[in-house]
Amino acid sequence: MNLTTVLIYLLTGWSGYYVMSMELLGGRVLSPYFGSGIYVWGAIITLFMLSLSIGYLAGGQFSTRQPTLRKLSMLLALAALASSPCTYMSVEILDWVFDRVSDPRYGALLASLLLYFVPITISGAISPYAIRLLVDQPGRSGSVAGKVFFVSTFGSTVGTLLTSFYLVLLFELDELFSGMMAISLLVATICFFVKEERDGQE
Amino acid sequence: MVKNKWRMLAAALLWSFCSGPLSAENLYEAKSLYRNILVYENQGIRCMKFGVHDNGRQSCIDMAEPDRLVLEYTKLVLGALYLNPHPQSALVIGLGGGSLPTVLQNLYPGIQLDCVELDPAVTQVAKQFFGFVPAAETHLYDEDGRVFVKRALRRKKEYDLIILDAFDHLYVPEHLMTKEFFEEMKSLLTPQGVLVANTFPSKKLYPLESATYAHVFGAFFQVQQRNRIILAGKNGLPDARTLAENAELVQDKLRRYGVEKDWLLPLIVQKRDWPPESRMLTDQYSPANLLINQ
Repeated sequence: MNLTTVLIYLLTGWSGYYVMSMELLGGRVLSPYFGSGIYVWGAIITLFMLSLSIGYLAGGQFSTRQPTLRKLSMLLALAALASSPCTYMSVEILDWVFDRVSDPRYGALLASLLLYFVPITISGAISPYAIRLLVDQPGRSGSVAGKVFFVSTFGSTVGTLLTSFYLVLLFELDELFSGMMAISLLVATICFFVKEERDGQE
Repeated sequence: MVKNKWRMLAAALLWSFCSGPLSAENLYEAKSLYRNILVYENQGIRCMKFGVHDNGRQSCIDMAEPDRLVLEYTKLVLGALYLNPHPQSALVIGLGGGSLPTVLQNLYPGIQLDCVELDPAVTQVAKQFFGFVPAAETHLYDEDGRVFVKRALRRKKEYDLIILDAFDHLYVPEHLMTKEFFEEMKSLLTPQGVLVANTFPSKKLYPLESATYAHVFGAFFQVQQRNRIILAGKNGLPDARTLAENAELVQDKLRRYGVEKDWLLPLIVQKRDWPPESRMLTDQYSPANLLINQ
């Protein structure tokens, strides 16, 4: 396994961590405005599933046009940047929604849409794009897809556990968001500047 | 003779078993959206609890003497009336069996009372099993307490008294225990308004919770029995003399609920019994559920 391959898996795993951690913290972000009822989780999960599904589709399409690790790195960086409203403008966004939508169910849904749709859709594009980069022979596509799903979902597992068991005891929400954004940008930068090696392709 | 003794002992044991928890009769069990609700009756005392493993009773009523406040904390909460003896409006967050709203309705006919309860199943149980009958000026809201408070602020509502008595199966929900929420409740209080909160002392959470109340309200009174009742004012606390005078004012009214000022007044104390550098709970940092078990 060469460095490029390792980095692609690292990026995918980190993206999985990031998505689930954001989802988990989403409950914290929304509860001061919309409560902690079952509908708040419903809104968040709906939005994350919707965004991911669109992201998978878009990422698959995007991967058909001269895929490179550089472009994949850009996706990760873009997802991080697109989540900056979560960190720096969430109060303004949530106040805005709260004043316009009186039913907390739809309020929670609209707020989730504004906060998470763009970053999570972009994050969803990462896995199919990574699969395209990693598949060198059609016969191996299933095995590569399996590995990518594994790494990405395992990243999500770690993100869920670390965040909910330990990190919320140590850090404020904004610190967690900024920290994750910094890690995303760091991983993206490393992947962007590494010299791409391909095993036995073309 | 000896044999007879054994037989009597056995009979006594059997009796004590039967009249113990075994004789509790389950009247109602429901899985609501948020929890399992259990209503059971034991020796004329009817109680509601959440979840099978929950040892705490959310609300109890003596069927023969419905005015008697079975759970001691409800009596302690009435200490809020020593800070403001004439509330004309009140907000109760967390309805339970409706004991406290019922007392307020009886004590202050015509009081503008808003009760917020997240779980409609609990409201239903309060009405069906705990004899809670909302008065004409009482309004019930099936809503999250935090959402209600934020909306009430936008509508410029004000209350003389806010009772925070919201619990899930574990403790006070995290978003109802932050600096921002306390500030919102404080803004809802009239100048002479009082907040009373029902909490439990827990080792790890105690300092954080205390620091948060102190940050928002300044000095506050507390009553520590099994529960820890927090009493805080919008504009500080009354002095000891005013407190005693107010207690005198409501003494006759409260007697029927078994609240005597000679008992309750000395329990109301003001002390800073937490480290000064304790971290605050905020909307950004609120791991209360994790701390409660530690």
